[in-house]
Amino acid sequence: MNIVISNASDKPLYLQIKEQIKEAILKGELKAGDLLPSVRAFANDIGVSVLTTRRVYDELEQEGYAVSQAGRGTFVAMGNPELLRDSKRRMVEEDMQKAIRNAKLFGITREELQQMMDILFEEED
Amino acid sequence: MQNAIEVANLKKSYGGFCLNDISFTVPDNCITGFIGANGAGKSTTIKSILRLIRADGGSVRFWGMEFEGHEREIKDRIGVVIDDGSFYDHLTMAQMKNIIAPAYSAWDEGAFKANMEIFSLNPRQKISTLSKGMRAKYALALALSHNADLLIMDEPTSGLDPVVRREFMNIILDFMKKDGKSVLFSTHIVSDLERVADMLLLIHEGSIVFEQEKDALLDEHRVVKGKRTEMTEECRKLFLSLSETDYGFEGITKNAAQIKRFCPSAVVERATLEDIMLAYVGGKRE
Repeated sequence: MNIVISNASDKPLYLQIKEQIKEAILKGELKAGDLLPSVRAFANDIGVSVLTTRRVYDELEQEGYAVSQAGRGTFVAMGNPELLRDSKRRMVEEDMQKAIRNAKLFGITREELQQMMDILFEEED
Repeated sequence: MQNAIEVANLKKSYGGFCLNDISFTVPDNCITGFIGANGAGKSTTIKSILRLIRADGGSVRFWGMEFEGHEREIKDRIGVVIDDGSFYDHLTMAQMKNIIAPAYSAWDEGAFKANMEIFSLNPRQKISTLSKGMRAKYALALALSHNADLLIMDEPTSGLDPVVRREFMNIILDFMKKDGKSVLFSTHIVSDLERVADMLLLIHEGSIVFEQEKDALLDEHRVVKGKRTEMTEECRKLFLSLSETDYGFEGITKNAAQIKRFCPSAVVERATLEDIMLAYVGGKRE
């Protein structure tokens, strides 16, 4: 898993980290049941405070992405597959929205965009 | 979260200096950085907490306990690194250790030997021949050899070169890996804390200016630079500190978004801890 903290970003540190862990879970880089690093080790490695990593883990737990077990650590949640699928769809939809916005900006029609999508889809296979 | 130290209304005055009723906490499982300029009151505060000097008033609790009645237990659980010349220069490090070790019920000779090895210190070397960095490492080796839960350090890294400072900070991070450990660390070299501190405490002229999570502090403040022609009186009020030259302005603020409305071409960057500290204690950016 990569965690890249941007100094140029307006987003607070905990949010940058949380979003990247969520992304890693949704992409399958982190699998259900994987043990996350301890709050202290993780904080040291990415150069933030333990209060920040603890907050990230707490919020991941609240949102259903992680489960903490006293004395053992925090694990990636087995998860509600439906929730996970919804999130994955949402991720793709967001990217598509971006593409649509750009297409409109550059005067590319709906048909052209659909054709581009078909071609790209086949190329990726 | 439990607190390793709770300080309430601590007062001390002598000469022209005074600690004004200061209150703060050092939470468990955190490295608390205690920052401020030389003479701001860091050492006075630490010495009062440790009862090396007598405070004029206020209370200090360790893990919820008053010092009276729990002195032995509290001292046993604290490791102290203070450069107050409390070592006897004519002794070797091993001899000095033999004087200090019996004071602790949980002295761990094996840990001491291991720490001396890690820090590349020879126990047979005389204390008078130690460099400043070796002295600091020796003090830390002693502080880490009796299973302390709390390290209290007053300017442990001042006078050390950047390589030794980094090594020193790594040892502190290593100490924190176990549950239930805490550190109070005073320094005027703020960059040391940028990497390791969890909480920050800024003291200025004997008063606490802020007590805050380090990352929240870094998230809140921004450096804003821009054209002087866009600067207005109303906009100036949004800065904590601001310097203006013929070529532009540069300042520290908590209101970067609002300032961008006044000065659309301004550049916004994250601030360093040093920038933030200087903005509060009235220093000027170059």
